[in-house]
Amino acid sequence: MLENLFVGTADWLRSLLGGIGFLPTEIAESIVLLVKLVAVLVFILVNALWLVYMERKVAAFMQARIGPNRVGPWGLLQTTCDIGKLISKEIIIPKKADKVVFLLAPVLIFLPPLMVFAVLPLGKNMAALDLNIGVFYLLAIASLSTLFFFMGGWASNSKYSLLGAMRTVAQMVSYELPLVLSLLGVIMIVGSLNLSDIIAAQEHTWLIFTQPIAFLIFFIAAVAETNRCPFDLVEGESEIINGPYTEYGGMGFAMFFLAEYANIMVVCAMATIMFLGGWHAPFGLTFIPSWVWFFIKMYVLIFIVMQFRWTYPRIRIDQLMGFGWKVLVPLSLANIFVTGIGMYIYRAIGW
Amino acid sequence: MSDWAGVFIFFTVALVFGAGGILTSFLIQPRRANPVKMEEYECGVPTIGPTWVQFRTSYFLYALLFVIFDVETIYLYPWAVRFNNMQIFTFIEMIIFIFILIVGLWYAWKEGALEWK
Repeated sequence: MLENLFVGTADWLRSLLGGIGFLPTEIAESIVLLVKLVAVLVFILVNALWLVYMERKVAAFMQARIGPNRVGPWGLLQTTCDIGKLISKEIIIPKKADKVVFLLAPVLIFLPPLMVFAVLPLGKNMAALDLNIGVFYLLAIASLSTLFFFMGGWASNSKYSLLGAMRTVAQMVSYELPLVLSLLGVIMIVGSLNLSDIIAAQEHTWLIFTQPIAFLIFFIAAVAETNRCPFDLVEGESEIINGPYTEYGGMGFAMFFLAEYANIMVVCAMATIMFLGGWHAPFGLTFIPSWVWFFIKMYVLIFIVMQFRWTYPRIRIDQLMGFGWKVLVPLSLANIFVTGIGMYIYRAIGW
Repeated sequence: MSDWAGVFIFFTVALVFGAGGILTSFLIQPRRANPVKMEEYECGVPTIGPTWVQFRTSYFLYALLFVIFDVETIYLYPWAVRFNNMQIFTFIEMIIFIFILIVGLWYAWKEGALEWK
């Protein structure tokens, strides 16, 4: 019953629209897709708001504080209030800034996470769009956010913003390579770029057990891609104020802020799909719906990412670039070899 | 309906969402111009010199390396998808292809392009 809650709702809506009769199939399909889209959007926004709250709570508990506890029960409405406040604040456009690009960056920054979530299967048969080149699409769209960070930082015409933007590009570009290369092992084993196929291939063995190195590389690179501690040189509050979004106030800042948490969700969901079996239930616990399992796995990864922030100190930029290019890239290339040779041996033995 | 039409719908809605957020903010926010407020931020002192200057070259070197390796991955992905149904010869061929790029990485490493100076 619960298992098919969302799929069933979509089917019911489709049959309802089909029953009207005079609607062409294309329009009925578009309406169903729009409903799915709104669901995805609400999912991202509610989760991003909740993640900001969760981060503050996790930070508070790790530092023996209480954290937000005034607005709503246990402070649950704190971030909602913050967004309400931010939307009513003035967006200050600096006099020397490139005004069009300055305003365009926060408008576009939410584009990559939302478009990526279109193809992620959040449960059994629960991808809004099931593209057959899913992985390619994911990587292509996810890497777009580099551009929007740079747009924001460059257009501000502030020195801190420019430094932050330059660092963003250098860091995200360097860690995109290990991220992309580590997924090759997965593709070689599964033999498909479709995300649903990748999950289906993990029904018995999660790929984290056959590709442990790839998972580690992917996870480290993903943390760096989202500019999280220990790779948060981009923001580096104590060095360059707030990186690319130093000059942003009000809703412009809120957009960047929400997009950051949406990006964390995106990479954790990607790691779940590629390595942790997506919505497959471990130990045959199938009475819990598939989408709940997906959610649990994603949140365990997000919690680990949040723990990083309050456990590790920030690393230096030469260490960061050195680690990316001299350790992660060769390691991910070696992983491709080992996977390939391993698969030939596996086939020769004939298990 | 093709999937790519769906992608286009997502793209449009993402744009509308972003623009909507900023526009709503513009509708309800106060706007009071103030010469000091409109200055760009730099610890309270006026900025000296232009910001949009020529930047250090080490960033450029990383970008160059990135382009080379990113193009490589475009070739690697189709190969990886068909890996299960291929003869061992294609695997050796791809090893040679990656080896050439590793030589490139080694050269960049040796010449100090990967050092942050």
